[in-house]
Amino acid sequence: MSTRDLVCVALALVVGGCVSAGVTPSVVESPNLGREATPAQIAGWDISVGPDGVGLPSGRGTPATGAAVYEQKCQVCHGAKGAGQPNDRLVGGQGTLASKAPVRTIGSYWPYATTVFDYVRRSMPYIQSQSLSDNEVYAVTAYLLNLNGIIGENDEMNAQTLPKVKMPNQGNFIVVYPSRGK
Amino acid sequence: MDKSKRSFIKQGLGLLAAAGVVAGGGKHAEAVEPPAIPPSMKAPGAGMSEYGNPVKYESKVTRTLIRSQPGTTGSGASRTPLESLDGMITPSGLHFERHHSGVPDIDPDTHRLLIHGMVKRPLIFTVDALLRYPMVSRIHFLECSGNSQLLYQPTPPNLTAGQTHGLVSCSEWTGVPLRVLLEEAGVDRSAQWILAEGADSAAMSRSVPMVKAMDDAILALFQNGERLRPENGYPVRLFLPGWEGNMSVKWLRRLKIVSAPIMTKDETSRYTDLQGDGKSLMFTYPMEVKSVITRPSHGTTLRGAGLHQISGIAWSGNGTIRRVEVSTDGGRTWTGAPLVAPVLPRALTRFRLPWKWDGAAAVLKSRATDDTGAVQPERAKFIAEHGNNAVFHFHGIQAWGVASNGEVKHVYA
Repeated sequence: MSTRDLVCVALALVVGGCVSAGVTPSVVESPNLGREATPAQIAGWDISVGPDGVGLPSGRGTPATGAAVYEQKCQVCHGAKGAGQPNDRLVGGQGTLASKAPVRTIGSYWPYATTVFDYVRRSMPYIQSQSLSDNEVYAVTAYLLNLNGIIGENDEMNAQTLPKVKMPNQGNFIVVYPSRGK
Repeated sequence: MDKSKRSFIKQGLGLLAAAGVVAGGGKHAEAVEPPAIPPSMKAPGAGMSEYGNPVKYESKVTRTLIRSQPGTTGSGASRTPLESLDGMITPSGLHFERHHSGVPDIDPDTHRLLIHGMVKRPLIFTVDALLRYPMVSRIHFLECSGNSQLLYQPTPPNLTAGQTHGLVSCSEWTGVPLRVLLEEAGVDRSAQWILAEGADSAAMSRSVPMVKAMDDAILALFQNGERLRPENGYPVRLFLPGWEGNMSVKWLRRLKIVSAPIMTKDETSRYTDLQGDGKSLMFTYPMEVKSVITRPSHGTTLRGAGLHQISGIAWSGNGTIRRVEVSTDGGRTWTGAPLVAPVLPRALTRFRLPWKWDGAAAVLKSRATDDTGAVQPERAKFIAEHGNNAVFHFHGIQAWGVASNGEVKHVYA
């Protein structure tokens, strides 16, 4: 950490921001209590998957194998073939976003296919999160993408193919940060 | 006391009792007027308690529970009863909640925070370790970006101020500046983002710009002087002043330093703002300038013409409230309302204004301006610009209609 950075930390602590004149900086020392994490520890926790596919595990799944997983683990909340009810609808709605009754689903709204894998693996099924195997997550992802007409019924999803899937609504997001926020 | 005054007081008590305000009083509740001595002065009161509770007479002042996901517990929101509170601080037990998979039970001795990714040294912190770090204390609001979303509806919701606007609360947050921990880990200078993840069953995750993390982000351990409440992220949460609440990840367990946003579910399919033309705004982080009159407000009744006190709150995620104006004629004319000190950046700011009601129908509005010059827009203008299809970031002007009989109702005007 440079002296300038330390001064900035100190100022941030004292006045809530890095300002210049009039404040006598006092150096705030970190007690440095972080313990170095091992690669194995990190691997056990690092479940996030970026849109470039970084973080995707090995494994694979197809819509056909995904259908079986879906019916057993997902359908009770999301309805047959992702039709929704009692919880979120996952399929359909393409072409409705500018209408008076937009239907936001994976197919009509989600900009990245990798997000389906990331979200299902970390959060679903709701009552038993992080219980699916990576193969099951790939398969359910493939099933939902196929139901939405985004991939073919025989397309396998894996760490190479999933990031290449182009979602139909991806071009309709306008990133406003940092133009609108600071 | 003359007869009319006495009957006015009796009537008032009757109404209070009917509203449940004089809970436990029942039909025996009677004012003890001079010269009688009240019972509380004739015998010792109750003893001390290890942890105090609100008085029983205010037991109706609660959060409004809303469950958004059928068949689940803990996935949904509860709203702060803004109409029953005053000042700038929200009691911790009434702070709004928004959980995506319930409130986890986390033993602080077993909780760990991992910082990894584009760093020189990936680090693990215990909660005990975090408690030894230098800390800051700041008063800030926290607002769910879905706050006031019912005002996107074409008809005014028949709900109280808290039930529509109560996904905002304000606390003193104490914790470690995130910057200190990032410096300890040695963040790669080319890293622009941080993935923050919670230890709840949703493993709630959001990508946070490095600029914000290095600016005013806090790893909060205390709220209003005590350790965080479970529903506010115990034992440690991320806190990003002024930004949409979902990003202030609760039960924080992991920070991954990355070069680009992860595009999690909650920054793509949720917490993006679908506009009328079918396009969606993404990464709409700061909560915009906003205000609402909390008293009088929907569901209350003004008892007679004469002097009343208008009271409300204003806030902006982009800075400090500079001005609040109040209209009692639906926005035709405006009067500056005094702001109640302290007026702090990214904090709820209380305003109060005495109002002499003439007994005729009126429409009350408040309009906030922050120190960036941003002015809270009329609802109609906001909807015209953004459409009705969005769910998040509504910050239009709220109108309360006062009928000649004193009843106050939510109106679009």
